[in-house]
Amino acid sequence: MSPVSRGFLGHRRPVADPSRLPPGQYLETGFPVLSAGPTPHTPLDEWSFLISGEVDEPVSWPWKEFLELPSEQVTVDIHCVTKWSKFDTHWKGVSVDTLFEHINSEAAYLTAWCDGGYTTNLPREHVTDGKAWVAYEYDGQPLHPEHGGPARLLVPHLYFWKSAKWVRGLTLTVDDEPGFWENYGYHNLGDPWLEQRYQGD
Amino acid sequence: MEPLDGNAIAGDLFEHFGNEMTTATGACATCGTVSVIAELTVYMRAPGAVVRCRHCGNVVIVLVHIAGAIRVNTDRFQLAAAELA
Amino acid sequence: MARAALPGRLTWQLVSVVDLVEETSRTKSLVLARPDWPGGYRSGQHVDVRLTAEDGYQVQRSYSIASAPEDDHLVLTVERLDDGEVSPYLVDVLQPGDELELRGPIGGYFVWEESLGGPLVLIGGGSGVVPLRSMLRHWSGTDRSVAVRLVYSVRRLSEVIYHDELLGYGALDGVDIRFALTREWPDDWQGRRGRIDRALLEDVGGPPSAKPRVYVCGPNAFVESAAGWLVEAGHDPSRIRTERFGPTGT
Repeated sequence: MSPVSRGFLGHRRPVADPSRLPPGQYLETGFPVLSAGPTPHTPLDEWSFLISGEVDEPVSWPWKEFLELPSEQVTVDIHCVTKWSKFDTHWKGVSVDTLFEHINSEAAYLTAWCDGGYTTNLPREHVTDGKAWVAYEYDGQPLHPEHGGPARLLVPHLYFWKSAKWVRGLTLTVDDEPGFWENYGYHNLGDPWLEQRYQGD
Repeated sequence: MEPLDGNAIAGDLFEHFGNEMTTATGACATCGTVSVIAELTVYMRAPGAVVRCRHCGNVVIVLVHIAGAIRVNTDRFQLAAAELA
Repeated sequence: MARAALPGRLTWQLVSVVDLVEETSRTKSLVLARPDWPGGYRSGQHVDVRLTAEDGYQVQRSYSIASAPEDDHLVLTVERLDDGEVSPYLVDVLQPGDELELRGPIGGYFVWEESLGGPLVLIGGGSGVVPLRSMLRHWSGTDRSVAVRLVYSVRRLSEVIYHDELLGYGALDGVDIRFALTREWPDDWQGRRGRIDRALLEDVGGPPSAKPRVYVCGPNAFVESAAGWLVEAGHDPSRIRTERFGPTGT
């Protein structure tokens, strides 16, 4: 290990409840912005959310209709693979369970796809039964573009690269098809409690 | 979120290739624009560094730190063979 | 593929902090013992600095070298970013006698040395002036036959790094040093008020036929517009070198 830099602490904060912190993570009080590309700015009157792929009938909602769907307020802890975690984040959005009421599909996997070209893959069982939302408010305000607004996927039980920013749809797939970071060596599932950061973990 | 350029990943590229790479030339696999690595657009704040063509914005290079090792994927950036010697 | 294994290069090493010099209220120069680098370094290059906490947590940042290759010490000039993780440590906590882990020298693109010739045109925004200052210091140790022009854009006079040193170069033959103050300026300010524009750049750049070596360094938007205007003015893009600065932490 490198020698210790005298007096260096970084941004980390002491953890009141260590049982909430997955292995290898640090508690962060800010909300870091990570991005693989420029922030997209899709006008809301051009925005829609589409569920397609291995479904009987694709379904989509333009923005105004999306906001009229039954929504939930949730408070969750989030964990980034770059090792920061943030507790008690407040979101408002539509549960993926609610969206899936509108489709018929046997597919076991899905790919979330986004403005700007980002993708990430998930097993269907990891976005159902109250595990995932398409969120459009953070901390009581419309979701800021740099944090994924107008809407992002929110899958807090997995590393936050799965909570795809600027999400525009979910494509149901028969097979698990690695998305952007998964293709470059990140783990297919990404469970922070099993520290599944990279393929092979 | 202001992006940087290839200078920002020079150290990691040197570690991976064993050579100074910021002056290495290559072509974007999407639009064909030829550029030196120093002049590509780099997004550093990610689970890795994502390098994009300054002309068309498509990804050309992805650099990740996995288990303490640096992996560099240049599949979408056609480096001249001489650059890798 | 052969790995270019040059001993001492790009391997992490510890260097001692010899002194800390306050340059402005937000920037400090770290005066370090010269690292063990066979072959030295070139103006414009940078180092990666790595900090390690007691529990093993590490962060890494890049800093341009502010000293010239001929100088006795290696100098890095660091601007304290209010929400930064590394810069507040380097500026506020580091003390002479401490050791800093770094690797370098890094970079082969954004470099100038006397043999490359000139005229030398340096365009810096904010802390982008740091590698340009290394080039100026190196230039001053040459026979100074190359004309050099610098335009340095900052918000206010109190934020000009190396103020007296730069004005000292400006008093020499063949040297043109200009500050552009973008937010505030003294009532009697004779220099540029407000941002650099295309006309000023064309003036500093000089005629494209003189084939200057141009180095532009600073935030992304600053570099984009400056380099863009110079190309529009007819300068050869291959003789314009750019380096974009910005926060890299998450």
